[in-house]
Amino acid sequence: MTANLNSFLEIKDLVVEYTSEGSVIHAVNGVSFSLERGKTFGLVGETGAGKTSIAKAILRILPDPPAKIKNGQIFLEGEDLLKIDEKNMRKIRGRKISMIFQDPMTALNPIMKVGKQIEEVIKLHNTISSKQAREEAGKMLELVGIPGERFNDYPHQFSGGMKQRVIIAMALACNPELLLADEPTTALDVTIQAQVLEMINKLKQELGTSMIMISHNLGVVADICDDLAVVYAGEVVEMGSKAAIFDRAAHPYTTGLFAAVPTLEEEKDRLAPISGLPPDPSNLPLGCHFYPRCPIAGEECKLGKIPLIEIEAGHFCRCIKIAAMES
Amino acid sequence: MSALVEVKNLKKYFEVPRGMLHAVDDVSFKIESGQTMGIVGESGCGKSTLGRVIIHLLDSTDGQIFFEGKDITRASRRQLRKLREDMKIIFQDPYASLNPRFTVEQTIMEPLLISGKFSHKASSEEAERLMDMVGIDQRLRLAYPHELDGGRRQRVGIARALALNPKFIVCDEPVSALDVSIQAQVLNLLQDLQDQHQLTYMFVTHDLSVVRHISDHICVMYLGVLVETCESKELFRHPLHPYTQALISAVPTIDIHHKRERVILQGEISSPINPKPGCRFRKRCIYKAPECYQAQELVEILPQHFVACCRAKEINHL
Repeated sequence: MTANLNSFLEIKDLVVEYTSEGSVIHAVNGVSFSLERGKTFGLVGETGAGKTSIAKAILRILPDPPAKIKNGQIFLEGEDLLKIDEKNMRKIRGRKISMIFQDPMTALNPIMKVGKQIEEVIKLHNTISSKQAREEAGKMLELVGIPGERFNDYPHQFSGGMKQRVIIAMALACNPELLLADEPTTALDVTIQAQVLEMINKLKQELGTSMIMISHNLGVVADICDDLAVVYAGEVVEMGSKAAIFDRAAHPYTTGLFAAVPTLEEEKDRLAPISGLPPDPSNLPLGCHFYPRCPIAGEECKLGKIPLIEIEAGHFCRCIKIAAMES
Repeated sequence: MSALVEVKNLKKYFEVPRGMLHAVDDVSFKIESGQTMGIVGESGCGKSTLGRVIIHLLDSTDGQIFFEGKDITRASRRQLRKLREDMKIIFQDPYASLNPRFTVEQTIMEPLLISGKFSHKASSEEAERLMDMVGIDQRLRLAYPHELDGGRRQRVGIARALALNPKFIVCDEPVSALDVSIQAQVLNLLQDLQDQHQLTYMFVTHDLSVVRHISDHICVMYLGVLVETCESKELFRHPLHPYTQALISAVPTIDIHHKRERVILQGEISSPINPKPGCRFRKRCIYKAPECYQAQELVEILPQHFVACCRAKEINHL
């Protein structure tokens, strides 16, 4: 298989498994998507859907054991990241690709000054003097709206929102081409979330960074992404442009998600929950992974692997029922 | 309708090394019987402390708490025991709030046995009934919390709260730890239980969409202070306090064609320790003026719509 030359990042048929006490947990089951340069791609799904495993696979920071990338290719500008040796991969991490983690409280070193933590990243990837690195780190802090005089403060002296900015400054310090943002605003209050999202949008425009945004919050994804994939039980169940998914959601899981969330826009007397629970990833149902909870499932959904079907140009849906209705 | 719960000038201060932390500062409101009062605000605004003070998990510093018209602020131990049957709480994290060594049945039976009203056998039967009520399968009777998923754990927390037929339940972020598809199941359950048993809720949350969905009335809190209160629909139709306006505008919308006009607040919530007099929001407020340095009163600006902002009329062109 060769890489699609137009896309900046191309993931093909990624499979990640965890082994735990003899059983195999199927976290990511054949995920493929691509990201164009300068665009933002969203991965939406609930706890345990496999979103974070996908991001960690791209950076190759999955803990092995228990995690194993069983299959797949991850092309960054045509080069398969899964084939690069560890030494070269280290040069890519933090420089070409960097990641913002969900929990700003635990992602920083508590006994190191925040400025130093940013400086460290810069020094690691550039051959510059400490003085220059320090200046750069100071500039990064200012960029995310933290006054330079707080360079010598420790993480505990910052609020949650400010810590998350420090993390973002660190992730952007070497001007990465690809930013993996894993629930970057989930731990924050809404008014602070709004500040951080606005800042990410602004920085993206200024620096032209490509981004993968992981979130369980449909509103956050609507705010920041160009295209997105809905992930369920380790599979992409629906994928397309933001307009396609938000205006013409097709997969029963996606429409179920929209119906289940209360919103400020419409009054619902009663929410429509998705019945049942997500499947046990060590014992996934055969056929469609969603059929036990699906309101339109039929016998045919229980058999064989359901393919991702293009139901309109660029809009894919992993549901044979919907595909039959559309055609 | 009458007020089941009423608080008047309620205060809760904590002594901390740097001074007095004003967690709840001079808060007054009523909750009508059978209704849901939503308490919304960001972390550190005192909303959880408020719930805990009302049900006497924490002692108040000053002010009064009324339950069914009686002043219960300084209730004796004996009175508290009876009160605790009528006032319950559901916590945010169902994992941390359940005893890991208790089975589902033991957890639900505990308050029944403590009350002294149930024999062991009767409490076991009652636990069975409560499990049915909240939709936990009987086969999970002997399961431990770690064997349950988040949604079921929260149902156990709800069943425990329903034991002894309470009248009033403080729901402290009961769905924040749950995924959206499960969150909807639990919110529907809470609404059904309220209808069936005429329960009165105080629903504490940071999530505006959830609070709008579930509440009849809403109180918006900022740094321990009640800044705006009115009917739920009215609040979202005509938010009058600059903080409420910014808060609502900050919620990311799933309507991709009608982006909300965002008010991006500068800075962050300031410290609740030894707060300076005057409006606590003024540091971040875009309408800040000299009069904001004076104490702010909760004023009825529109019928049944109270706002603690001296400029509310002017900035909303009323």
